Amino acid sequence: MSAPLSVDVQNVSRQFVTKKGQTFWALRDASLQVQEGELFGLLGPNGAGKTTLIKILSTLLLPTSGQARVAGFDVVREADKVRRVINMVSGGEHSGYGILTVRESLWLFSQFHGLPSKAALARIDELLEVVGLAQHAHTRINKLSTGMRQKMNFVRGFLNDPRVLFLDEPTLGLDVETSRILRSYVKRWVKEKPGRTILLTTHYMAEADELCDRLAIIEGGRILACDTPANLKRTMQDEVVLRMEVYPSLAEPQRLAQLPGVLRLVPDRGQNGHQVLTWGLADDGVIGTVIQALQQDGVRILRLEKADPTLEDVFMRMVGRRLTDGNGQSNHSA
Amino acid sequence: MATASPTTAPDALDSAPEPAASLPDLTLIQRLVLNLRAARARAYVRVVATGRELSWLAFEVALPILSAAAYVYIYEALGAPPRYTGFVLLGSAMTAYWMNVLWSMASQFYWEKQSGLLETYFLAPASRVALLLGMAGGGIFMSTSRAASTLIAGSFLFGVQYEVVSWPLAILAFVLTLAALYCLGMLFSSVFLMYGREAWHMANALQEPVYLLSGFYFPVRALGFWTAMGASLIPLTLGLDAMRQLMFGAPDAALLPVGWELLGLALLTVVYFLLALRSLAAMEHLAKREGRLTLKWQ
Repeated sequence: MSAPLSVDVQNVSRQFVTKKGQTFWALRDASLQVQEGELFGLLGPNGAGKTTLIKILSTLLLPTSGQARVAGFDVVREADKVRRVINMVSGGEHSGYGILTVRESLWLFSQFHGLPSKAALARIDELLEVVGLAQHAHTRINKLSTGMRQKMNFVRGFLNDPRVLFLDEPTLGLDVETSRILRSYVKRWVKEKPGRTILLTTHYMAEADELCDRLAIIEGGRILACDTPANLKRTMQDEVVLRMEVYPSLAEPQRLAQLPGVLRLVPDRGQNGHQVLTWGLADDGVIGTVIQALQQDGVRILRLEKADPTLEDVFMRMVGRRLTDGNGQSNHSA
Repeated sequence: MATASPTTAPDALDSAPEPAASLPDLTLIQRLVLNLRAARARAYVRVVATGRELSWLAFEVALPILSAAAYVYIYEALGAPPRYTGFVLLGSAMTAYWMNVLWSMASQFYWEKQSGLLETYFLAPASRVALLLGMAGGGIFMSTSRAASTLIAGSFLFGVQYEVVSWPLAILAFVLTLAALYCLGMLFSSVFLMYGREAWHMANALQEPVYLLSGFYFPVRALGFWTAMGASLIPLTLGLDAMRQLMFGAPDAALLPVGWELLGLALLTVVYFLLALRSLAAMEHLAKREGRLTLKWQ
């Protein structure tokens, strides 16, 4: 007998209509299943459909078609039951009413889930201690830094001890140390609380790799792949990933991408005006061809390494571009 | 582009998935406790705000007294009976509730949406009605502190003479006025939730005309019987008229006998509450269908 399913998504699509009357699909025929006890990741760039899926699962949005169940309950027909077993934390969200203190604000949200005040306050104190916010328990929210607010939001997600917790970009914009604390708690919570499940959306590869038992890569509203991080990276074993730092920058990267044996070339800006090139090559034999072509173009190789494939490489291979393209900056330190 | 890998959980294809543990329905008592807790917590924000931000004393007590003063001096200059000073002051005090309903009840879900808090409300199991009742409770506390301050300070400044006909009936009229008014606020809130910015403009447009239509500074009968009856859809119209009759003993300027006005207020309470329930459910469904519960960036 398999473990019970915490999340069961069957061919869910969601269409939006813009103010100009144009329609677009934020999600198309998405299907996935998450078992109880899993820490499952949805990985994709902004606009890929991650948040749309999370909002459908958390009963904030109706699907245009398809079915989804959370903890065994239909998110449309049994939304009341779904709400009793879930919680959600969104990165960068507003924290609450500035006039309340951290402890008061968390108590407020605990009451919306019906927790007895005494138990709620005990849990709040315990969680504030965990995230290192205990000394600010009586500070008004409007006096908190962004990182502190996000820690507080994070605590709010765990107040009702949900069976299924949705974390939507929980470390968005946070510093390295705060991100580390939150990730570490997430891992511990899932491990120590039997039957709990986390569905995490992120566009930080390192975060997904570190946290998730399995993850789905989503792009353009479609789920492209779903497996463990290790298995996803294993799909890259038939190619050689080569990273190099060069100067000056390649004038026509597309031309070199056409070289025989080159499967992919992704240029990126490095430090000090250098350029970072990530190559996907059919085999080791192509390395020489690449180096020779660069020399002919007058490009100096400052650093070269044959790298282990990362989730970023998996994503690039599937989608044909970097995860962070068009997203602003990537969070390599997260 | 690679083909999609299986998206099922590791063992899910081998055997039929077992549904997660069942969840018993909440009993009536459990549901009541959950919603009372939610309402109390939502009210708490406003109760706390009253004590922590005292700037309202300057703006929400001093300013209504100033605007009342203009009418008081006009009535005095025209030689109107002294009870007109009381009429004006009572109307001035009641503006606190109208402002509260308009900007902190009706518009509240819209503000919460703008600030990203709305989704936190809507994914919790507490009923939205409980949250609105909490807002109303907190709003009434907040506004009562303003209205009472205005009434006390104004009575002292203008030397208002009260001729209370019946305290219990006056209190009943006040309670029914607030009940009907805040139910109207709940009804507005679902409309505002759906139509956001447009509704915000509507609130802006409603603020001043209601002062006129409900007779905040004069007996509403002066508008003519049928106009005043039409304006009675706004609970403050009947409420103010009833309270003036009961606190200043002026049946000659009254719109309707107090009994009819109390009945009208009770009726408005029930009708607005039922409409609010229906509208809230309908608007929530519509907002979820059209993706309007959260902003695009959220």
